Amino acid sequence: MISIRGVSKWYGPTRVLDDCSTEVAKGEVVVVCGPSGSGKSTLIKCVNGLEPVQRGEVVVDGVSVTAAGTDLNRLRARVGMVFQHFELFPHLSITDNLTLGQTRVLGRSRDEAITRGLAMLDRVGLAAHRDKFPAQLSGGQQQRVAIARALAMDPVCMLFDEPTSALDPEMISEVLDVMVKLAEEGMTMMCVTHEMGFARRVAHRVIFMDHGRIVEDCTKESFFGTPRSERAQQFLAKILRH
Amino acid sequence: MLDNLDLEVVRASLPFLWTGLLFSLKLTLVAMTGGIVFGTLLALARLSPFAVLRNSAAAYVNILRSIPLLMVILWFFLVIPLISGKPVGAENSALITFTLFEAAFYGEIMRAGIQSVPRGQVDAARALGLGYAQSMRDVVLPQAFRNMLPVLLTQTIILFQDTSLVYAIGATDLLKAAEISGKNYNRPVEMYLLVALIYFAICFTLSRLVRRLQARVAIPR
Repeated sequence: MISIRGVSKWYGPTRVLDDCSTEVAKGEVVVVCGPSGSGKSTLIKCVNGLEPVQRGEVVVDGVSVTAAGTDLNRLRARVGMVFQHFELFPHLSITDNLTLGQTRVLGRSRDEAITRGLAMLDRVGLAAHRDKFPAQLSGGQQQRVAIARALAMDPVCMLFDEPTSALDPEMISEVLDVMVKLAEEGMTMMCVTHEMGFARRVAHRVIFMDHGRIVEDCTKESFFGTPRSERAQQFLAKILRH
Repeated sequence: MLDNLDLEVVRASLPFLWTGLLFSLKLTLVAMTGGIVFGTLLALARLSPFAVLRNSAAAYVNILRSIPLLMVILWFFLVIPLISGKPVGAENSALITFTLFEAAFYGEIMRAGIQSVPRGQVDAARALGLGYAQSMRDVVLPQAFRNMLPVLLTQTIILFQDTSLVYAIGATDLLKAAEISGKNYNRPVEMYLLVALIYFAICFTLSRLVRRLQARVAIPR
């Protein structure tokens, strides 16, 4: 579904991605973790072309993201993305947030878009909030709406960029619950997250990054069992200590 | 001087002042609307990744912002007929000049407004598959406009005051109408006092309105 082959990226002289390669199969849930500045957010943003790469290739569902001439807008419409800071559109109601992409990009009628959008809003348990504005919702609720907004586009896969990092602890689980449900329903997911509980529960594979390189790319069992790299062992020891 | 004001002159000249005021208001509205539309395009050009667009827009803005408005008014009054090949009249010349001049100022306000919208909003719009133009129209510009509305309106109040400069090319705005009436009745003091009061009343009221509006339009985050 997602294949990343030999991707490198520089910001000026700084190399932020260093020859990264990995695959995400259909229905697979892959967690990407690593210390901050390791390039994990950059890597996931390369999957839908929000970050251009200087070398290597990214292919999503048979379409090359990195090739010149690819209709990136059409591709992005099929790849759902959830951001650390939710990024709901604050000037639009929840319903309008859910329908904007559907009507503008997929060409759905407003009625059709509302039906689909509200079905997804119901799925994340927030149907009662359809007429509110983003600022009237808590962080956790906003993030669930953001997930619903992405799902309303009927994506072939979902990208999560630290979806719980900006949330208060008591709101993290409501977002993770939605993500777990999604994973169990067979959605292809690539998640940048430090939530190791989530990784243990639903991930098939774990990718560990450091200094722009993929240091570890293995099944969940072997990652939490005996990660091979010393860097990953240190990282795990730190975040699992408490 | 002030103890023998002739209020009868004031009453007699009101209809003529009214036509002058209407032109001042028309000039303000046209220059505001045109200036915000053209200024927004300038702002988008200044933030564009294409150096040619960026530099030409920057040159336009910097040149117009560095020349006194009165000079621009006089200069355009001479140049526009040369370009169009026929005289356009003082009123039309003023409408064109103010629209082009104000665009430089509104453009800088809109540029700040666009930059006030977090980068993540653009990412979110693009991630949904919206193109550049759609992201701007549906996501960035509505937020930029609302963030900047008080500043845009304050600029419009300044614009309204500046329209009085068109009396230099003989366009009949409020000030010019007052000057003509003052000469006709030989009562300039009454006339200049009266227009000062009118300018003050309009601008002061608008400023108060802007202040009240400020709290109401802010986008809650």
